[in-house]
Amino acid sequence: MGELRLMKGNEAIAEAAIRAGCDGYFGYPITPQSEVMEYLMAEKPFERTGMVVLQAESETASINMVYGGAGTGKMVMTSSSSPGISLMQEGISYMAGAELPGLIVNVVRGGPGLGTIQPSQADYFQAVKGGGHGDYHMLVLAPASVQEMCDHVKLGFDLAFKYRTPVMILSDGAIGQMMEKVVLFDQIPRRTDEQIIEQCPWASNGRPASRDHHIITSLDLDPAGQERVNLKLQAKYKTMEENETRYEEINCEDAEYIFVAFGLAARICQKATDLARAKGIKVGLFRPITLFPFPAQEVAFIGNRVKGILVVEMNAGQMIEDVKLSVGCRVKIEHYGRFGGIIPSPDEVVRALEKQIIGG
Amino acid sequence: MTEEIIIAGFGGQGVLSMGKILAYSGVMQNKEVSWMPSYGPEMRGGTANVTVIISDERISSPTINAFDTAIILNQQSMDKFEKTVKPGGLMIYDPNGITRHPERKDINIYAIEAADEASKLGLAKVFNMIVLGGFLKLKPLIAPEFLHKGLEKSLPARHHKLIPENEKAVEIGKGLLKPIQVLN
Repeated sequence: MGELRLMKGNEAIAEAAIRAGCDGYFGYPITPQSEVMEYLMAEKPFERTGMVVLQAESETASINMVYGGAGTGKMVMTSSSSPGISLMQEGISYMAGAELPGLIVNVVRGGPGLGTIQPSQADYFQAVKGGGHGDYHMLVLAPASVQEMCDHVKLGFDLAFKYRTPVMILSDGAIGQMMEKVVLFDQIPRRTDEQIIEQCPWASNGRPASRDHHIITSLDLDPAGQERVNLKLQAKYKTMEENETRYEEINCEDAEYIFVAFGLAARICQKATDLARAKGIKVGLFRPITLFPFPAQEVAFIGNRVKGILVVEMNAGQMIEDVKLSVGCRVKIEHYGRFGGIIPSPDEVVRALEKQIIGG
Repeated sequence: MTEEIIIAGFGGQGVLSMGKILAYSGVMQNKEVSWMPSYGPEMRGGTANVTVIISDERISSPTINAFDTAIILNQQSMDKFEKTVKPGGLMIYDPNGITRHPERKDINIYAIEAADEASKLGLAKVFNMIVLGGFLKLKPLIAPEFLHKGLEKSLPARHHKLIPENEKAVEIGKGLLKPIQVLN
């Protein structure tokens, strides 16, 4: 077993990045994720593994540094919280267009605008449906525990390089700030320049006489060429949908109703499931772990077996659109949400289930 | 076994670190734990609270609104959290600075004069460990050897020389409880 520690979610992100063999972190402080860079600066990975940690002048600069590092095949990342992630959208779209791997962590806070520093899930649309311009997707992971904050960093980098795509970890202020037990994976050595050349035959990292230039760009002024780029991206997203959906089911075998929730809301629903079952209500929990690709078939399969679905989110109703698209209209699907940094309590979720689904 | 605890008081009383030491000791004893702090505007306004859950099973929600135990260290926290103790649950509070004493009839209530004792002994820094001692006397979830390991893990190495003082404070706290209301 790996090293056991009690850590904050934000600290787990940082330690996992070092251990995953990350080459560079570029970021700008914002609550509630400032501990990511704080931990990295204190830990000095530049002395441990040679990893670069740089406080950029802005979030816009951070994401463009990620673009540059990723263009050379390096394993690079940034992290921020909602307003900062909004500033990065242009760079993320460019990364998707240029097919660059990279990890972007969003420890979501309440919005819109500067909003609040309290936890929220209101950036689901932005993460899953685009955010930046153009027909692109990021692969989006939704950790629900500090352990998953750690594990998703490694998984996120693996998937980013497998698909040459930006990957987002969509977390929230509570998962970032809370401490839980974490089993850390062992240090993976940073790749050598030779390994990067071998693994990233597209990267722009010095041209030997034997090959042509590698050009990293998201620009193609020829519409036919740009259509080919788009078709390639869409084919890639389809492959991701076929191979990379991840989810968890809890107490679904005999369920008459289900909650669908991700991240912190899923943890709250798990408690709500226990409370409801103590009252004799047979309810289960379906937790998407990848938000894009969304586990559409799986939620449809289970959704069509039950009498009703309550989608619980810390937003005004975003993932519910994907649940409805997946399940169709044969089953009653309702949303329960709190916003602006309010965390719903497990018993209010049970009341919502009773009122909106069972009684309604 | 699952114990859901809220610890609440002023910033600077060691509320968050007391929770962390308790949680880390739980980790050392192979329990599942979660530690969820207030980090928002309330923290900036001078009050601090942390939810600690210690369990033999996977912990579901780290944020809850009903607690087995409330450890209350100022009046604002009494106003906010007295009503959140589960019926039959436990409240431990330091009467120092409390103007409105608890009124619930359906919970167990103990007072612990930890602030007074800490200043008498010149141990102001380990005030929170005195309170923790009181809690562990009533809810012996953590064995002393694991508390020791939890302290080692929670405190930076340069402060390890203070561990004996912290453990002494825990022992003092165990003897300082005053029953106010004990249910049958």
